[in-house]
Amino acid sequence: MNPVTQGLYESLKQVTGYIYPNEIEVHWGILVVVYPYLTGLVAGAFILASLVKVFNVKELQPVYRLSLLTALAFIIIAPLPLLLHLGHPERSYEIFLTPNFTSAMAMFGFVYAWYLMVVLLLEIWFTYRRDIIIWSQGEKSVMRWIHKTISLFSTDTSEKSVEFDKKAVKAITIIGIPSAFLLHGYVGFIFGSIKANPWWSSVLMPIVFLFSAIVSGIALVILLYMILTPLRGEKIVSACLDKMASYLFYAVIVDFSLELLDFIHRLYESEESIKILSELVLNKLFISLGIIQVMLGMLLPLGIMICIKLFRFNEELRKLLYFVSVILIQLGIFATRWNVVIGGQMFSKSFRGLTAYKMELTGFEGFFMTLVLLILPFIVLSVLIKILPPWDRSVEQSLGEKIA
Amino acid sequence: MKNFFQRFPDALIRIGAVFLLFISAVLLVRFIIPSSLKNEKEHVDATIERETSRPVRYAGSDVCADCHEEYRLKKEGYHRNLSCETCHGTAKEHSENPTEIKPVLPKKREACALCHTYNPSRPTGFPQINPVVHNPLKPCITCHNPHDPKPPRVPQECQACHAEIARTKAVSPHVQLECTTCHVVPQQHKITPREVKASIPAERSFCGKCHSKDSANKETPKIDLSVHGEKYLCWQCHYPHMPEVE
Amino acid sequence: MKRRKFIEKSLTLLAQASVLGGIFRNANAEPKDYDASKHYYGMGIQINKCIGCGKCVEACKEENNVPKEPFFFRTWVERYVIKKDNSVVVQNIDSRIERSLEVFAEKDTLRSFFVPKLCNQCENPPCVQVCPVGATFKTADGVILVDANRCIGCRYCIQACPYGARYLNPETGTADKCTFCYHRITKGLLPACVEVCPTQARIFGDVKSNASPLARFRRMNKLHVLKPSLNTEPKVAYADLDGEVR
Repeated sequence: MNPVTQGLYESLKQVTGYIYPNEIEVHWGILVVVYPYLTGLVAGAFILASLVKVFNVKELQPVYRLSLLTALAFIIIAPLPLLLHLGHPERSYEIFLTPNFTSAMAMFGFVYAWYLMVVLLLEIWFTYRRDIIIWSQGEKSVMRWIHKTISLFSTDTSEKSVEFDKKAVKAITIIGIPSAFLLHGYVGFIFGSIKANPWWSSVLMPIVFLFSAIVSGIALVILLYMILTPLRGEKIVSACLDKMASYLFYAVIVDFSLELLDFIHRLYESEESIKILSELVLNKLFISLGIIQVMLGMLLPLGIMICIKLFRFNEELRKLLYFVSVILIQLGIFATRWNVVIGGQMFSKSFRGLTAYKMELTGFEGFFMTLVLLILPFIVLSVLIKILPPWDRSVEQSLGEKIA
Repeated sequence: MKNFFQRFPDALIRIGAVFLLFISAVLLVRFIIPSSLKNEKEHVDATIERETSRPVRYAGSDVCADCHEEYRLKKEGYHRNLSCETCHGTAKEHSENPTEIKPVLPKKREACALCHTYNPSRPTGFPQINPVVHNPLKPCITCHNPHDPKPPRVPQECQACHAEIARTKAVSPHVQLECTTCHVVPQQHKITPREVKASIPAERSFCGKCHSKDSANKETPKIDLSVHGEKYLCWQCHYPHMPEVE
Repeated sequence: MKRRKFIEKSLTLLAQASVLGGIFRNANAEPKDYDASKHYYGMGIQINKCIGCGKCVEACKEENNVPKEPFFFRTWVERYVIKKDNSVVVQNIDSRIERSLEVFAEKDTLRSFFVPKLCNQCENPPCVQVCPVGATFKTADGVILVDANRCIGCRYCIQACPYGARYLNPETGTADKCTFCYHRITKGLLPACVEVCPTQARIFGDVKSNASPLARFRRMNKLHVLKPSLNTEPKVAYADLDGEVR
């Protein structure tokens, strides 16, 4: 008997009420929690980048390239949890070969490929093209060849070509915004379209997923900016930080309103599933939902940001508060994914019972693997930063001077 | 030709070239891939072929009839609706190799107790016993031929098939009443219960014999039959086997 | 010359062997005269007849090689006890596991019965809709099958099934479920669970047939399906299904 099956005997003891016998095994575990978390960060970071190019928010210019690189680092790692979770990862090519077009999950292959290639890679290429050519001319051996290859052996650094680059970036970003919505929205649709599961089945699910993605993406870029800038020995540009925090604030308000709306709507309509779902939230999800997702992950950061807006704190205090908030927000959004995915499997479709999820320590679905998967994108990001440095000192200086 | 290309920005041409390369790679791969991996109908047919080729383990009752007398005996008795394999387990392999592979021969009490142990959720009329007190040391087949499981004597107690009702009544105010007090039970009901049914009281005056104000019975609760629930038969409100009030 | 003759002989032998092998390989396959479009299968379940013995569960596991642990079922039986205070207790019945069923006082019980459950072979199946690679599909005779060679084990279908009928087979790493014993019904046999049911609580048949036990079942009973509001259009119909059953 394999260890997963053996572990189910333990899970049996944790069942309260009645569950269908096949429901004792929790089918979508921590790996399926990590995947939407990662793609959410991709979508969120990209949306932040798009604010610069499409909506001309000049204060965000210092983090523009960083956001793109972040999105790229996370999208590269995103398919890993999915592959590890499949019963037959060696057959995953079938999604490309014989997709079933009525299935939202079949969209994964195409949406992912489209977003990676046509949006992210293209935008990064056009943004960096001129700089890569210039860098490659001054470098030696490995780096020189890497940059020459990435620039596709182009040597054109004329004004006209840069003009074209700018126009291309704008066009790609405009296409990119709905693509980002699709990239993370379809994950929400995967859950939202399951009529069998009342915790998941909701029209709001893709929208809530998307906005919590935007929240987590912006928060991540803020976090990275606040950590990497001092590491480089540079000064954090307040204008940029405050602007990012503003957008984070708006996103959190929208996200919170949507989740509040979902909550009120469920209670008001009081459908058949309300009893077991209430039991679920109050018993199994009290800590992960009530405390971590809502209190610590949403209300507390929201309160902090309202205070920052109302009272004029000095720069040092603001930076500290932002730092605390974005960490809380990351925890909160991870908890959100957990509550959706795991929470939806903690109650029986018979509406008569609750079960438990026991995360392993080792193995593909284990805690250590989760840590690895969450750390890997940062490793990829550090490699990307090395190859494609996103910093532009002149921009930062000029912005810093504007405020001073 | 060169002029044509010069009209487009250098960057666009290079990206275009990469794009074309990618598209041709995709098309090439799609053509190389054998149709067996892509064709939906082939997959469906292959699956159906695989599913229908699975080995059959249960042979079905008519197969047993070819060799075993007991089949004819079973056809008339109370176990006529049971498949031979219900008790004897899978028999397909036995039917193909009768001398070397034998099906299960259930002789222990547990085999019969699985269905016939008293369980209040079982439908009324299904014969149930308490295996702890019902001849606990003997194998069931000592008295009951499994292929014609007539009980050795016609059951005197209704409890043999109506155990749940009997147990409910046993803790109710009607505990002292025999089943036959209210139900007329023809003897044939105990032999072919579905064909010949017992009767139930059809008039209020029947219950009134004990419960009306002018009844001779001193110990029963009394009501005025002319006003108490006068449109209804008594058992339309009061469950006679556990006659609770209100 | 000798070498050529040897190669010739061995090739002929190989050809003959493969022809013979082909014949024997297909011995168990769908009989060549089975036309799936001429059949459409359905099942009926009579709640009032089920005695909760669990033999159907056991037979299904035997016939279809389902892992024996109590976490993987193609079919199972639920026991409902509805008490006088309107509370409902539901349990799973399994004939092989030590029955540690809670004993309920008869006088507290209002209604109590057994409900067999299985894949409903829906007409509008959510599991087929969500499979990303099309590994699960509906046959021409109305049965939903899983292509175990193509299933990638993403478990989306298991999440989408409102009835909990699917599980992930730990041995194959693919989704699995009741197939109405497709390998039996295409040969004119009954599914294993129907074959061994001692009380004919399960009725299987061809919906296209006008004279069959299923036809009578559909005529004489008020039929219910599970979770009708989800519009899955199940092909398993229940007679005398209590409102408390989910």
